Amino acid sequence: MSKVRLATVWLDGCSGCHMSFLDMDERILEIASRVEVVYSPLVDPKEFPADVDVTIVEGGVSSEEDLHKIRMVRSRTKLLVALGDCAVTSNVPGMRNTYKVEEVLKRAYFENADLKQQVPSEVIPRLLPRALPVHEIVPVDVFLPGCPPPADVIFGALVSLLDGTTPDLSATRFGR
Amino acid sequence: MSARPPAKSAAPVASSKVKTLTIDDRLVSAREDESILDAARQNGIQIPTLCNLDGLTPVGACRLCVVEVKGSNKLFASCVTMVAEGMDVVTDSERLQRYRKTIVELLFSERNHVCAVCVSNGHCELQNLAQALGVTHLTVPYRHPKLPVDASHERFVNDHNRCVLCQRCVRVCGEVEGAHTWDINGRGIGARVITDLNQPWGSSETCTGCGKCVQVCPTGALTEKGKSVREMAKQSRFLPYLTMMREDRHE
Amino acid sequence: MISIEDLSQISQAEKEAKDAVPNQINVCVAASCLSLQSDKVMEELEKAVEAKGKKDCCKVRGVGCMGLCAAGPLVALEKERILYQGVKPEDAPEIVDALGAGPVARIQGDLEAPFFARQQKIVLENCGRIDPERIEEYVAVDGYLALIDTLTAMTPIGVVQQVTRSGLRGRGGAGYPTGLKWATVSKAQGTRKYVVCNGDEGDPGAFMDRAVLESDPHRILEGMALAGYAVGAQQGFVYVRAEYPLAIKRLKLAIRQAEKLGVLGSNIGGTTFSFSVDIRLGAGAFVCGEETALIASVEGGRGTPRPRPPYPAESGLWGYPTLINNVETLANIPAILRNGPEWFAKIGTPKSRGTKVFALAGAIANTGLIEVPMGMPLREIIFEIGGGAPDGKAFKAVQTGGPSGGCIPESGLDQPCDYESLAKLGSIMGSGGMIVMDETSSMVDVAKFFMEFCMDESCGKCVPCRVGTAQMHELLRQISSGEATSRELALLENLCDVVKATSLCGLGQSAPNPVLSTLHYFRHEYEAKIAAGEAAAAGHAAAHASPAGGAA
Repeated sequence: MSKVRLATVWLDGCSGCHMSFLDMDERILEIASRVEVVYSPLVDPKEFPADVDVTIVEGGVSSEEDLHKIRMVRSRTKLLVALGDCAVTSNVPGMRNTYKVEEVLKRAYFENADLKQQVPSEVIPRLLPRALPVHEIVPVDVFLPGCPPPADVIFGALVSLLDGTTPDLSATRFGR
Repeated sequence: MSARPPAKSAAPVASSKVKTLTIDDRLVSAREDESILDAARQNGIQIPTLCNLDGLTPVGACRLCVVEVKGSNKLFASCVTMVAEGMDVVTDSERLQRYRKTIVELLFSERNHVCAVCVSNGHCELQNLAQALGVTHLTVPYRHPKLPVDASHERFVNDHNRCVLCQRCVRVCGEVEGAHTWDINGRGIGARVITDLNQPWGSSETCTGCGKCVQVCPTGALTEKGKSVREMAKQSRFLPYLTMMREDRHE
Repeated sequence: MISIEDLSQISQAEKEAKDAVPNQINVCVAASCLSLQSDKVMEELEKAVEAKGKKDCCKVRGVGCMGLCAAGPLVALEKERILYQGVKPEDAPEIVDALGAGPVARIQGDLEAPFFARQQKIVLENCGRIDPERIEEYVAVDGYLALIDTLTAMTPIGVVQQVTRSGLRGRGGAGYPTGLKWATVSKAQGTRKYVVCNGDEGDPGAFMDRAVLESDPHRILEGMALAGYAVGAQQGFVYVRAEYPLAIKRLKLAIRQAEKLGVLGSNIGGTTFSFSVDIRLGAGAFVCGEETALIASVEGGRGTPRPRPPYPAESGLWGYPTLINNVETLANIPAILRNGPEWFAKIGTPKSRGTKVFALAGAIANTGLIEVPMGMPLREIIFEIGGGAPDGKAFKAVQTGGPSGGCIPESGLDQPCDYESLAKLGSIMGSGGMIVMDETSSMVDVAKFFMEFCMDESCGKCVPCRVGTAQMHELLRQISSGEATSRELALLENLCDVVKATSLCGLGQSAPNPVLSTLHYFRHEYEAKIAAGEAAAAGHAAAHASPAGGAA
């Protein structure tokens, strides 16, 4: 039986969800025996491949790059998993949504900067008007709320998905 | 506040009649002045609630406790619907679950409930409801309104971002403390809890600083100063005892 | 102490005074014509009469609404049966000159036109015929006769029975049997009882109650006094919106006049029955038309609804049994008691008796106020009486029942206009607003408009209405502007279901109705908007399908 092609992507989040993913400790070997990690901040490949079976997304959709990436990921993935509150609710990245982008940038790069007050204009992708949960951009198949979701929940959910059953989410929730 | 208490009979308990009804296929009995919610809870049947709090006049505002009564197309808020003889109540159905989930979603979407950075994280009734009802994400879009935080009181904070307009603060302040510092201002999606005539809480001349409003608040809207994320646990169990003791003294 | 004889003396004197002046020029001074400067017209007419020395043979009177608001200001010569429309102040000399010498053809309206000929007036019978600021004129058309007669010749239970037998149903919207409501309040236990006239008319495009209050205020007072007698109340309140200053002014004047004449106050007509009426001004909230919110508002609290039961009939104002009736409902009462319930029951259909006042608004030629027998087909109302959509545009839909109602398309127009038929069409009778849309209207935008209204008017007490209406409005905005996909449409339909089923009061429970009815009859308009949104979404998806196509 061929291995399940698994990817993880990191949008606007703190990487805590990826840390929690790694927190499953030695159980990661059980997962590794059943999947091939084809793309992730944790592995080498630089390009998101076609025909991915499961993609786990951490983070909200905040910038033009995030927007481009999530649409691309969705179009090449069979099953999309929103991992953690930033992906599920927009969470902390979404706290800027009550302000205009210009106000946010001014606050960050002028009012709170002592040296070289300027808005970065090159290399850094432009911010979207609002940071959004993944499912407000593309359809999401599985939601794992939590900040971060506990390692046990991530492990259990992955095993369920690999077994083709519905994940048990009773041990996690918004915020957690 | 406009919601008035339903006419409570002053007559001694012994004179009120007992009704027999069915809740979730179980025969139960209740006094005629008890609500469906009272009767259900006495029999270990849990109906989700948010605005309701033992010891305060029910207002039927959150609509989470709606139940089906056989023979009627309408739904009934169980906290404000009195029991009746022969009533056949269904407290849980696929339809009710869907409605309750949507109502919780609407509450999360209305304001900025960022659980991860909330002082009440882990002690929040809205958070618990989402988990109990299986709300893993919102189907409705977030509104992200810009809302103020009133930290003018020396001991307490009012964060409108977390308020669900359950009116518990309004009721406990008016009905139990007797100060009536809290009220509601504006209407619809623009409604806000206010202190005095929309003055900063810290400048309120009616607030006694008793803190009952903080303890009964189901979310992180009213909190004690100096609490960090996850630190604000509420103590609302004093309330039924307090009201019971007062009622006893009247008799 | 006022008696039947006193009333007939006043009536006689009034008629003689009127007969002494051969020419009566009636000028509409209700809100619509006033907004077109009918007060100036009246002033100029008075001046012209004076200047031409016709003061002895001609009297200029301000009267209430004549109905055809689209053609205002309206002036009528009562005896000659001549109507002038679109009258300007400078037309006054010509009108006065032509008295007795045939009409001024240039501004003459057609009183034989279906707009007038097809109507049957009970509620509006005095509107446009009497001066609303003079109680004598009301008495001259048998006003207060029913009251004094009833107080001396009928028991309260008898009055309730008369109303029950008439088959009258509440004109505020829901169509609850009026007799049943009266019987409930009359049987309710209470050391005190109240009668409330609900004049918090708030549906967009509806102005039936305003016209009655402005044109025939005594009729409401008589109806309230009769209601008070029937149910055992001594105090009445008219809850009228503060946005109706003219209605309030005339109502205040009418109350003073009625008290002076002795038809309101202590021991009316020498009987033991006392009844007084006070005015309470609405605080500008649509939801205060909902009876429990109205009660809270009259009591001085925040105008928010509370769960029912207990119903106001049992526990209303300050906890006392309270009868709440709409303006139009109460306006029917004097006529029913004067002419008998059988007379009333013969009009209309078996389940919807009597007449109904409608305010025609929107894309319709004859904007205005009409009264027709219940059961008249919608097509007759809209095309024959209303004149159809103006400027050669095609009719598309009619919204009945305001923001709580629904849109009815062309295919439903042959249904009779009564409570049951409108409900079958997915709308409601409501209070009587009829907003006509022509082919240029987008039905998604119509639904969005009504949702915005409900969102703004939600009191905010219950979650489904407070947040649900705001969310539905945003979804409708997205659909309307072509930003939405079928996901948003499904979401909208789910929210309609939730808000309708779980909201606390009628406002929330009926807020989804305009969406549901436009979805039912005009789903293709929603789908066309969705198709645009889906095309945009598909464009994004296609760009990323293969690694070569979309690498960042």
